[in-house]
Order: sequence, then structure tokens, then C-alpha cells
Amino acid sequence: MGSLNIENVKKAFGPVEVLKGINLEVTDGEFVVFVGPSGCGKSTLLRVIAGLEDSTSGRVVIDGADVSATPPAKRGIAMVFQTYALYPHLTVKNNMGLGLKQAGTPAAEIDRRIGIASSMLSLEPYLARRPAELSGGQRQRVAIGRAVVREPKLFLFDEPLSNLDAALRVNTRLEIAQLHRRLRATMIYVTHDQVEAMTLADKIVVLNAGKIEQIGGPMELYNAPANEFVAGFIGSPKMNFVDGARLGETAKTIGVRPEHLTVDAKSGAWKGTVVHAEHLGADTNLYLDCEKAGLITVRIFGVYNAEPGATLYATPDPAKTYRFGADGKVLK
Amino acid sequence: MSTATHSLPRTIGAHAVLLTYTVIALFPVIIVIMNSFKSRAGIFGAPLTPPTPKTFDLIGYTTVIGQGDFIHYFQNSLVVTVASLFFVLLFGAMAAFALSEYRFRGNSMMGLYLALGIMIPIRLGTVAILQLMVASGLVNTLTALILVYTAQGLPLAVFILSEFMKQVSDDLKNAGRIDGLSEYTIFFRLVLPLVRPSMATVAVFTMIPIWNDLWFPLILAPSEETKTVTLGAQLFLGQFVTNWNAILAALSLAIMPVLILYVIFSRQLIRGITSGAVK
Ligand SMILES: Nc1ncnc2c1ncn2[C@@H]1O[C@H](COP(=O)(O)OP(=O)(O)OP(=O)(O)O)[C@@H](O)[C@H]1O
Ligand SMILES: [Mg+2]
Repeated sequence: MGSLNIENVKKAFGPVEVLKGINLEVTDGEFVVFVGPSGCGKSTLLRVIAGLEDSTSGRVVIDGADVSATPPAKRGIAMVFQTYALYPHLTVKNNMGLGLKQAGTPAAEIDRRIGIASSMLSLEPYLARRPAELSGGQRQRVAIGRAVVREPKLFLFDEPLSNLDAALRVNTRLEIAQLHRRLRATMIYVTHDQVEAMTLADKIVVLNAGKIEQIGGPMELYNAPANEFVAGFIGSPKMNFVDGARLGETAKTIGVRPEHLTVDAKSGAWKGTVVHAEHLGADTNLYLDCEKAGLITVRIFGVYNAEPGATLYATPDPAKTYRFGADGKVLK
Repeated sequence: MSTATHSLPRTIGAHAVLLTYTVIALFPVIIVIMNSFKSRAGIFGAPLTPPTPKTFDLIGYTTVIGQGDFIHYFQNSLVVTVASLFFVLLFGAMAAFALSEYRFRGNSMMGLYLALGIMIPIRLGTVAILQLMVASGLVNTLTALILVYTAQGLPLAVFILSEFMKQVSDDLKNAGRIDGLSEYTIFFRLVLPLVRPSMATVAVFTMIPIWNDLWFPLILAPSEETKTVTLGAQLFLGQFVTNWNAILAALSLAIMPVLILYVIFSRQLIRGITSGAVK
């Protein structure tokens, strides 16, 4: 009861094409995350799904019904915004109940649903307050609560955590994950943050410049990126890309993740000088300027003492080295 | 505000400048009010001194109040000002919302066209307006004045309000749409309360010229029935004898309503002017 099909959706603002033919299938109960660089069209795609923006062409099908001409309120969706977007003049309770009231739901039913949602999100003490009297984290929980009470077929989240501080972000992320498990609802979630993407998603959709680069589970994208863009976008620190010609390889580019390189003081594949070392406690990031490979990042688990200027040899794990062709696609 | 950045000489300097300005701005108003309480001899004998027991006289006020119609003129002014203000704010805000919220062909041309009125004084069209009013039988009605003043106030209102409405969060409006609110509800319940300070700014800038206007009442509605206060005060300006007591009293009384409206709006007004400067 919450499937979504997007068929060849295009969207242009005047002459600027923002979405260039998106095809996507989301099955009932799935948690799908859209990631991509700023301006790639994630929010626009979400707004097209919500009906807040008309697509230039293509179809949006929710639960088997084409909703391209249906207004947002009738699509069976709920949306949580980055800026919370609570109604400033209404109390928390009325903020959550407004949508149902507009739809003509009986008052008793509205109260019942608000009761369930507010206990789920621990909002009971705040029901009589106005948004101005809440902290950022509480406001975002109210916004999530407002979505929950609608019992939608489809939840849409547009970067819901990016206005929260780091600790709160982790907590709210957990809450959203639990919410998904309890409600078993279909959720679509837009984010910049790849930790959020990797931890929450059943399926990640990587977007770039209005096109889908790859769709897959988090580990699938990490282990088998389809192209250079996805390889560089998923994983932190970013994958190292080395010009194939410099290494005497046939591939245009060779990619290896920082965690798939080992270092040694005496011997190895690439000789280099330490430019900078970042000590994070659990792991250490070394920046090496290599004769053959150029500037690369190496991630070492645990503490590793290396002074800038020291000479080190880095060796890539051959089983975890990616080869990309001239078109950026992975070579098999 | 920290005290470190406010040394004593600078504070004194700033206050001196502001006080000087206040005195200059208030001087004519105070002279008018002061002299309105004096006898004719007192006004001409020593115009700059406050009323003394010898020169104190309420003759001006008794003349004005005694001229029974004056209350009626007041009413006319108030009706015209409040009604025009209402329409300017309502239509101005609605047009501003459409311009800032919806993408349609010719949106920016429309905005420019609506703002053009700021630069072209409406008085240039007086003859045409008079012909229009004569043709539609509206001469000597308050409706004529309300229509003209609404037209006069709209350009600035649309211009200022559309700038402020662009700043209202899109997410909030979209949340309303998802909850099934109509565009009217979104406009009246979500957007208007958030731009209230700028509405107050527009209200003050619109209200004062309307209240003080002499031109259009004189041309469009000079009848006894529809005279406004500013026009009514002309009654005492004779060709040979001018009743200065009555004029000064009438003008002093005319200040009151605007002053009251201003006080109502001013709290909002200051927020409107400084919003954006301090987040
Ligand atoms: N109303 C609009 N008119 C014109 N261009 C727009 C409009 N809305 C968005 N765009 C353009 O569409 C592109 C995609 O915008 P969108 O908001 O979808 O990006 P995004 O992927 O959500 O970025 P971010 O991660 O920064 O939120 C951007 O280049 C933006 O400039
Ligand atoms: Mg976005």
C-alpha cells in the first residue's frame, strides 16, 4: 500500500533542464535515500513526487494510480522539511492535527492519532506550546509527528536533520530509523550526508546533474560502484583517483579507497612523502604526495605516528582496486 | 549592546544631532498647537510664546466645534482614509502575493508595471480622473476619493510587500498545501501574519498623504456633504478676513486621528524598518 513509480520524469525551469528523465521504482515499505551534490535536483524530484511542482513530462504513480494531476493533499503523502515549516500561530497539537481537520477527519480520531504520534516521539509535554517555545530538535520532532498522524502511503523527507547539531542529528536519525521499522511505511529521504544515507537506506539513489547515476543497496554502492562519480561520492574520505597512464595501466583512471591502502616505511608500490596527518583516535588519515600516484589519502585504523616530510610507501589492495574507462564507467 | 563601543562624547554627540532634528521637525507642529490656544491678539502679538493667562483663549476651538459641520468633515476624512487604507493593504498584499509566489508569463513585467505608479504622480491624471468620475456619476461622493486614493497607494504597497513576501519560507507554504489548505487560507493565515510589520510600514506611508490631501477633495468632492477636514479648514480662510484661531484649532484637531493611527502602527513599523537588518 505504498509503492511509487516514477516514469521518465523531466522537469525544466524555463530553458534549464533540472531533471533529465528519471525512472525509479520503489516498493512498499522501502526506505529510499536520494543523495547527490548540491543543486543536482534532489529537492526538485521530491517536490515533483509531492505534487508541489509539476513535472514537464513523465508520470508519477503512487500505489498504481497516476497522480500527475492530483493536488498534494490528495496524494496520500506527508512531507518533512529542512526548515521544520511549522505553523507559527498554532500549538503543537493543532500543528499536527491541521491536515486531518482539513480532510474532515472526526475530532476523536484526530485526538487518537495525535496521542499515538506524540507518545511515539515523546512530545506529550509540549502539546499546548507554540513552535516558538520549542528547541530545534523538538520542532523537528513535531514536524515528523505532523507527518505521522496523516498515516500517509509515502513519507517524504527533505534534509530533515541538516539544521540540527551533530548530537541531535544522531538521535533523530535513530528515531527515524525506528519509526520506519514500526510503521513499515514507504519513506523517501533526501540528504547530503552520506552517513545518513548509508545507515538509513534500504536503497540509495545517487543523483548527479538531474540524472540517476546508480541505484542500489548501501554496500552494493560501496563495493561495486557503477562509475567514477558514484565511487567518489560514496565513502569518506573520498576514493583516490590516479591517472592510469602514470601507472602504466590501460584503464583511464584507477580508483582505490583510502582504507584499501596499506603503508610501510621501507617498501611498497608507491613511494611518497607525508604532507599532513590527521589523528582522529580511532583512525588516522595520512596525505601522501607520491611520485607515481600524485596526492593520495590513506586511512589507517588505529593510531599511526607519521611526521610531515617522512617518506612512506603505500600499496593498494589489488582485489579492491577499481578501473574506470574513458567514459567514467567501471571496466569489468 | 556593549558599553565599550559607546563613549560618553559620542553618546552626547548623537543625542545632540537627534534632538536638533526633533526640534526642527516638531517646531511647526508645536507653533500650530500653541497658537491654537491663544486669542487673536496673542497670536499676532507674540506668535512664538506659549499661551499665558492673558492670551489664553479657546475661541478657535469653540468656533470650530460650533460650526456643526466640522464633526461631519472629520467623519468624511476618517471614512476615506480608513477605507482607502483597507483596500490598499488588501489588494496590495494580494497582488504582491501573486507576484512573489506564482510563476507565470510576464510576471516581472507585471511587477514593473505595478511599480511604475511610484514614479508617476497620480495628479498628472487629474483631468482624466475628473472626466471619469463625472461620466460615472461619482463626483461629490466619498467613493470617488476612496477609489483614487486606493489607486494612488497601491504601487508602493505592491512594491514593498512583494519584497517582504519573497522572504516568507517556501517550506511553510508547501507544508500548508500538503495539509490541504487553500491558496486563500495560505495567504490569509500563514503569509499575512508573517508580513504584518511591513503591512504597518505600508499603512503609515499610505495613510498620511491621504489624510492631508487637499487636491482631490477640492476637485472631486467639494460639496458640503463630502468635504474632508483639510478642505473644511479652508472655510476659515477668507478672501478678506482669515479666522486664524479657527484654522489653527482645526489643524490641531486634524493631527489627532493620524497620531492615534500612527501610535497603533508604530510598534510594528519599527520592526518593519529594522527587520532584515537584525536577524
Ligand atoms: N523555482 C526554480 N526556478 C529556477 N530554477 C530552480 C528553481 N528551483 C530549483 N531550481 C534549480 O534547480 C536545480 C536543482 O535544485 P534542487 O533544489 O532540486 O537541488 P538539490 O539537489 O535539492 O540541492 P541541495 O542539496 O542544495 O538542496 C538547481 O540548480 C536550482 O538552481
Ligand atoms: Mg534541496
